[in-house]
Amino acid sequence: MADATRPLPKLDELDTRPFWEATRDGKLTYQRCDDCGTVVWHPRRHCTGCTGGNLSWHTASGAGTIYTFSVVRQSYHPFFRTLVPYAVAWVDLDEGPRLLTNVVGVKDPTSDLACGQRVTLEWEEHDELKIPLFRPADG
Amino acid sequence: MSAQVRSAAIVGIHEYPSRDVEGALSPLQIKAASAARALEDAGLSWSDVDAIYDAGEAGPMSGFMISEYFGIRPNVIDTTNVGGSSYEYHAAHARRDIAAGKAKVALLTYGSTAHSNAARIGVGGRGGAGLPGDNVESFVGQTLVANYAMVACRHMYEYGTTSEQLAEISVATRAHAMRNPEAVQAMKDLEFLDIRETTVDDVVKSRMIADPLHLLECCMISDGGGAVVIAAPEVARNCAKRPVWILGTGEATKYPENGGDITTSAAAQSGPPAFAEAGVTPDEIDVAMIYDSFSITVLTILEDLGFCPKGEGGRWVEGGRLRFDRPGDGPALNTDGGGLSSNHPGMRGIFLLIEAARQLRGESTSQVDHASLAVAHGNGGMLGARHCAGTVILGRD
Repeated sequence: MADATRPLPKLDELDTRPFWEATRDGKLTYQRCDDCGTVVWHPRRHCTGCTGGNLSWHTASGAGTIYTFSVVRQSYHPFFRTLVPYAVAWVDLDEGPRLLTNVVGVKDPTSDLACGQRVTLEWEEHDELKIPLFRPADG
Repeated sequence: MSAQVRSAAIVGIHEYPSRDVEGALSPLQIKAASAARALEDAGLSWSDVDAIYDAGEAGPMSGFMISEYFGIRPNVIDTTNVGGSSYEYHAAHARRDIAAGKAKVALLTYGSTAHSNAARIGVGGRGGAGLPGDNVESFVGQTLVANYAMVACRHMYEYGTTSEQLAEISVATRAHAMRNPEAVQAMKDLEFLDIRETTVDDVVKSRMIADPLHLLECCMISDGGGAVVIAAPEVARNCAKRPVWILGTGEATKYPENGGDITTSAAAQSGPPAFAEAGVTPDEIDVAMIYDSFSITVLTILEDLGFCPKGEGGRWVEGGRLRFDRPGDGPALNTDGGGLSSNHPGMRGIFLLIEAARQLRGESTSQVDHASLAVAHGNGGMLGARHCAGTVILGRD
């Protein structure tokens, strides 16, 4: 199990490929409709707010807020079982998208995290992409 | 009540008794055995079945396969699969198809060997990132328990709900399970460590699986299955048991949205049309069969169906209100022992219909006195992400 690794996204999934390609440059991107202003997340080719569908890509600041979270104490996954306890969270980016992610960089996730807590982006490097994780914001 | 339309009724039921088939039966065999018993229960036979509803859990392309396996020639074939809520959808569709004159006798079946297969449904890895939503989520190691736990975490943050309040759901359900010999046997077969009635303290002191959900707030993983037969009025009137009428149904889906409210489930959309169609209100319901994958699933759905206002569920369930022997306090919850303590092979929705029918026939091991109205509410998928809800209101003659 020494070589167990985080399960990585597929780069050939057509809706999300541009998002993962942008992570190589350290950009956390999301889509917004030029016609109706709807913020679309997860990525896709059409707008969910109107049928115009002129979506453009924007880069998020990386600042966000924990909407909710859980601390996984038990996992049978060969990689994640080595990480327990670890935090999974829905994080609301300041620009609107709600991302599922891990909150890292705390001594004890069972006591150091809260809904409403401010967090900031931290990349985890991989060969072909970067994984967007979050840590508590400074101060 | 005069507006109620009684166009289809549950006339036959069977819950497969074993929760551990020790690898000796296939899901298809469990489905067929259950179907035969449910048809016998109704006083019908295979040749009476002219509509088949199947979630495909026992094999691919069930629209081709399942009729051949059973040896029937249906005129209606419906392979709706919305996870654990599939059977509430099947009941709704069967009623619709019967009311439209397309069929007279509908057969719903379920079979699973999740326990024998050692399926790690709750805490296993999440594989398969073929869909775009999964492809931006599956890297985080979110277990199924953690997905539901995130609903509980936000519910606690917004409304002050406590673990002790959530534990009330596990305690009431276990009390009902201890009265059900099949549930007690299930807990023995699945090697539960301590098979007895539980207290709130037992639940909140059990091991944390994914904060804030404890072990005794999580359902079991069993083998099992069952069958339900639904018939047109002219058939139902001549069946062996008294009919349990489908009075109203609702369907809905919910998924993660930017700025959305994770504490409100698809039940908030599927419930109102079901109650309206039945012409009844939540305070008239005697028995609530609600998909109890976890304690928080029940709390959320009780609120969403309108048994109490959003956010007040924690206080509402306190003091044993959900027990079967507290009539007048609100509905009895999951009187068979639920997925928490009786039967959860992965898709529990069919057992919600089965126990609701038992109650309205007067056959439950935790029988509610004079039970005349029940709700069966299935939740399929993941409460904290994308899921489907099916609400079915049932009533006796």
